[in-house]
Amino acid sequence: MTAVLKINHIAKTFNPGTITEKKALTDVHLHLEPGDFVTVIGGNGAGKSTMLNAVAGVFPVDHGTISIDGVDVTHLPEHKRAAYLGRVFQDPMTGTAATMNIEENMALAMRRGEKRGLRWGISAMEREMYREQLSKLGLGLENRMSSKVGLLSGGQRQALTLLMATMRTPKLLLLDEHTAALDPKTAAKVLELSEMIIAKQKLTAMMITHNMRDAIAMGNRLIMMHEGRIVVDVRGEHKASLTREDLMGLFEKAAGKELDGDKLLLS
Amino acid sequence: MDIMKLLNALPSAVSQGLIWGLMAIGVYITFRILDVSDLTVDGSIATGGAVAAILIINGWNVYAALLAAFVVGMLCGLVTGMFHTFFGIPAILSGILTQLALYSVNLRILGNKANVALSVNKFRLLLSSRNVRALTLENPILILVVFGVFLVGVLYWFFGTELGCSMRATGANRNMSRAQGINTDKNIVLSLMLANGIVALAGALLAQYQGFADVGMGRGAIVIGLAAVIIGEVMFAKVFRNFALKLLAVIIGAMIYYIVIQVVLWLGLNTNDLKLLTALVVAVFLAAPHWKAKYLAGREQGKGRDGRA
Ligand SMILES: Nc1ncnc2c1ncn2[C@@H]1O[C@H](COP(=O)(O)OP(=O)(O)OP(=O)(O)O)[C@@H](O)[C@H]1O
Ligand SMILES: [Mg+2]
Repeated sequence: MTAVLKINHIAKTFNPGTITEKKALTDVHLHLEPGDFVTVIGGNGAGKSTMLNAVAGVFPVDHGTISIDGVDVTHLPEHKRAAYLGRVFQDPMTGTAATMNIEENMALAMRRGEKRGLRWGISAMEREMYREQLSKLGLGLENRMSSKVGLLSGGQRQALTLLMATMRTPKLLLLDEHTAALDPKTAAKVLELSEMIIAKQKLTAMMITHNMRDAIAMGNRLIMMHEGRIVVDVRGEHKASLTREDLMGLFEKAAGKELDGDKLLLS
Repeated sequence: MDIMKLLNALPSAVSQGLIWGLMAIGVYITFRILDVSDLTVDGSIATGGAVAAILIINGWNVYAALLAAFVVGMLCGLVTGMFHTFFGIPAILSGILTQLALYSVNLRILGNKANVALSVNKFRLLLSSRNVRALTLENPILILVVFGVFLVGVLYWFFGTELGCSMRATGANRNMSRAQGINTDKNIVLSLMLANGIVALAGALLAQYQGFADVGMGRGAIVIGLAAVIIGEVMFAKVFRNFALKLLAVIIGAMIYYIVIQVVLWLGLNTNDLKLLTALVVAVFLAAPHWKAKYLAGREQGKGRDGRA
């Protein structure tokens, strides 16, 4: 099987040559197999978001190449890469258009990767499909399809964003701490939804989290980043039997220093 | 104070309000839908007037001249859009640059003259202030109402299409739009083009209405446009939810603006002080949401103070 995602030795330095220069990624190399669900952990500023954003094309990388499903996307702009990707962000405000209503937001997502012409923006048939999909979220959103998304709670917005990201099956789903801004109960619900959707559609996914327990419990592979590199990569059997203590040990070996569990990885 | 004098001036105020209402729809597209303050309009409205005037004088049919003004207005928007997206210049500055450049361009179009007469006696015009009290099909109010309804209808359709929806999304949330595969740069340029096309079209109508095109006819246009948008919103936000009605509110806002101006002039205000008054009124309305929020926040803390929200 060919890898869904190939990140080949990428590097990224922000503001090079200035006093704010920051090496965010030094040499990141990662291949994902179809169906891989990778959880990503690491301390603040380790480069987790930068890695995901590099894949999404938010900025160009300095070195290396990125290919998705066999297509070299290294030089594609963000909006073109979107055809392959589903994304959910940390801030619930980022993933949806607040001044547009629920069904309009979904119609925008439904056309990801397609040409947008002068056909009407949403059809009656689509509307029915959206209603059905919203009802599966179990949040009652199917009865509020013409409400502005700005009126929804953070959790509702994240659930909607998740649905929008996966409605058209993406080659790769990128979740960047997408439950970090939610209260614990809502966060658990959105995580559960994410796991369900990923399993059902057999998605290849990367999920950044600061919660070590979630990182261990979810997915079939776990990577840990430190100072712009991937320092731990466990999968399969090994991942399934992983404990918090194992993880700390692995980190210490890789990074060559002691891991401060509470500071670096809030669990 | 002679009330008849005021009543006599009203038809003219309504006509001007209608023309500036069309222009304000252009401002609504950039300011409200795209979420960008585009200052190109001060130049592009005069460009529209100049292009239409010169073409009509050279024997063009009025409709062809209007279309040409619209296209040239779109080019003005294209320039601002490229400054902003391709060259990375902040939107406001991009608009100011184009506006400044257009001053020279407009003088060129007018044959290096500050203004050019476009008399309804000599040319077949679509509308003229001369017929403002005529009870015929040539009455500019009637013609402008038809224009306004047509424009609102077309825009209602356009912003409901896939492309139009993606342009609204671009204004609402650039990050989300890109994540959903929308080329935001392209849409920013397109919105600026559409807006300035409409503004130039209004300029072409204005030149015919007043019987001349003038390089200075766009001075302060952005502020009048904003005034119309804001008055429309303040008066109708609660009742007009539908997009077409919101656009209609902008046109009505411009009419109210011109009627109020007419009234204050009638009350004895010096014409020279008009721009000062307009700027003040717009500043007050732009500040209102901010102060309202502050007031409400203060009331939350202090509780028990009475007064209306
Ligand atoms: N656009 C940017 N411009 C400049 N520096 C940036 C930019 N984005 C990230 N950085 C810097 O790059 C480093 C890595 O940031 P990144 O956001 O990838 O960390 P992270 O692992 O996601 O951390 P967190 O857990 O806090 O989200 C940080 O030092 C950050 O300040
Ligand atoms: Mg991050």
